[in-house]
Amino acid sequence: MKARPPTFEKFRDVQAELERSGAAIFHSPTGEDSLVIRYPYSIQYIHSYAEDSPFFLGLADGKLKGSKCTKKSCGFVYGTPRSHCMVCGSPTGWIDLPTTGRLHSWTTCHFGSEAFLKETPYNLALVEFEGVGSLLLVRLKDATESQCYVGMPVEARFDPNPKYSITDVWFVPRR
Amino acid sequence: MVTGGLTKFAKAHPEMDFRLMVKRAYDYALKGIPNLTKDRIDGTRISYFSDHFSRQLKAASMVQDYLGMNPKGSVRIEWGGATGGECFQAAYEAVASGRMDVCLAAGYETMSRVATWKGNEFIALASDTNFDFPLGGFYTGYYALMVVRHIYEYIRKSKLAHVTDEREAQRLAIAEGQRIMSWVSVKNHRNALHNPYAQYPKRVSVDDVLNSEMISYPLTREQICTMSDGAAVAILCDESRAREFTDKPVRVTGVGTGTDTMRLADRPFGKVPLFAHEKASDYAKLEYPGVHSFRAGRAAGLEAYRMAGITDPKRELDFIELHDAYASSEIQTYEDLGLCRYGEGYDFTLSGAPFLRGVDYGLDVPKAGEIPVNPSGGLIACGHPVGATGLMQGVFAFWQLQGTVRKHFGDGTLQIKDARRGAIHSHAGTGSAVTVSILERGFR
Repeated sequence: MKARPPTFEKFRDVQAELERSGAAIFHSPTGEDSLVIRYPYSIQYIHSYAEDSPFFLGLADGKLKGSKCTKKSCGFVYGTPRSHCMVCGSPTGWIDLPTTGRLHSWTTCHFGSEAFLKETPYNLALVEFEGVGSLLLVRLKDATESQCYVGMPVEARFDPNPKYSITDVWFVPRR
Repeated sequence: MVTGGLTKFAKAHPEMDFRLMVKRAYDYALKGIPNLTKDRIDGTRISYFSDHFSRQLKAASMVQDYLGMNPKGSVRIEWGGATGGECFQAAYEAVASGRMDVCLAAGYETMSRVATWKGNEFIALASDTNFDFPLGGFYTGYYALMVVRHIYEYIRKSKLAHVTDEREAQRLAIAEGQRIMSWVSVKNHRNALHNPYAQYPKRVSVDDVLNSEMISYPLTREQICTMSDGAAVAILCDESRAREFTDKPVRVTGVGTGTDTMRLADRPFGKVPLFAHEKASDYAKLEYPGVHSFRAGRAAGLEAYRMAGITDPKRELDFIELHDAYASSEIQTYEDLGLCRYGEGYDFTLSGAPFLRGVDYGLDVPKAGEIPVNPSGGLIACGHPVGATGLMQGVFAFWQLQGTVRKHFGDGTLQIKDARRGAIHSHAGTGSAVTVSILERGFR
């Protein structure tokens, strides 16, 4: 008989063994032996920003783009652009948003998804712009938890080496 | 509803895959009603949230298969965190429409198959992947953004209106909000001490909750539900068959659903849809829902209450099992569901109204028992295996209304005396979808 993988009664020990050898047996309190293996999975998506593309291309040019409903009687202005109006369904047109605004809300994340754990702690903020009907979610940098407050004036910064991601823009406290 | 069953919710059940978990919950449900055999079930509705967690697409087919239900009709239900609540309503609709006489609703999630922070990533993929996820996609962060604004609207602007220094006022307001949210956590963990299905029953103090690890300011670890493995089933049927299967059926008298934008940033600033006990002048200065309240929850409540003929939910409901993925969202939901007005959720908590009478929380709760919320312990203490959660609430509510909590829990502490009508409430990411169902005792 070939050797069985090692047996553990604690699930965390099973997880550690998977890191080491890729297989382990979990012996449950109810007596069953379950074979547990490591099962990797990764994928590269061909992700198109499609109708949102002008926003992300705008960031690379140091511009913050919103959209405005083209129907005269509506005219809703979006701080996170959408190519059709949520209120009336008409197409919207692109506009330049102000690069200054105020914190509508904020938080400091001390943990995060696996992909972002190494960046913690980081601030998320919803920014409101004068004369704009909806908000924009961004990272807020150069501000500690004790410095942030609702209504705090903030301004945009752009990455000079764009990655074509929403992280190409971030906000900092207004000087 | 004529029966229900559950597995214990746990951090990990490596000895059972999702099929066996559902089978165990299903067998438990059938055990109580011998007249209901598999051949009487016309079809199923099966719910799980994420294909990522089990790395098995079309997993509902494998549940259908394992239960031996082929070739009966089935469909998989998914609606984010509200998946279980939607599954319950899908089974209700199958019966109410006459398409089926007897329908099995079954749900599960096996979240232990990936590490916790990878699991958080999967959940965060249920946010806009162009604009939200790449910023550090993290649901606790999104709910923190919402409660910071809720605290600003309802503590800073009212109770602390006299403080002129804005930063100081907001700092004090958040501290007060954190303290009151901790009461919810104390309540739900404490209730769960009498619920053998719960993942994290324990006695904790407000200080324990406040001093637990900060996850996303101002939410601490003890104010947040956890990853879980578990399954739940509910069997629904028409009225004549219900009496054949059990002398204690429970009637579904109202169903409601609501939705809102996927991105928090897109939430409107409009007017509050009102319950009968509210006036437009109550909210003259309030921009609604913004990011502080769940418009989907209000819409679902309005629809379900209207159908059930409820005008004053606090008086006309005996209990609510609601979706407390975060202690903050439990308080926000008190307001959405009309247990109090918008802005009164913190005081409502401190009044003790959502606590159980006769349970020692180590807190002064003068109005305990007025409208118990999450007598089971809710998601915070029971766990949140997404596709099972809304059905778990249905099963707990069913046992409450039958008066069989002692039988199923081996402990009658959580039984609400003479409970006749309750609500279950299931909620998807940042309030993008909510279901409310009203259940009533269907026997004398």
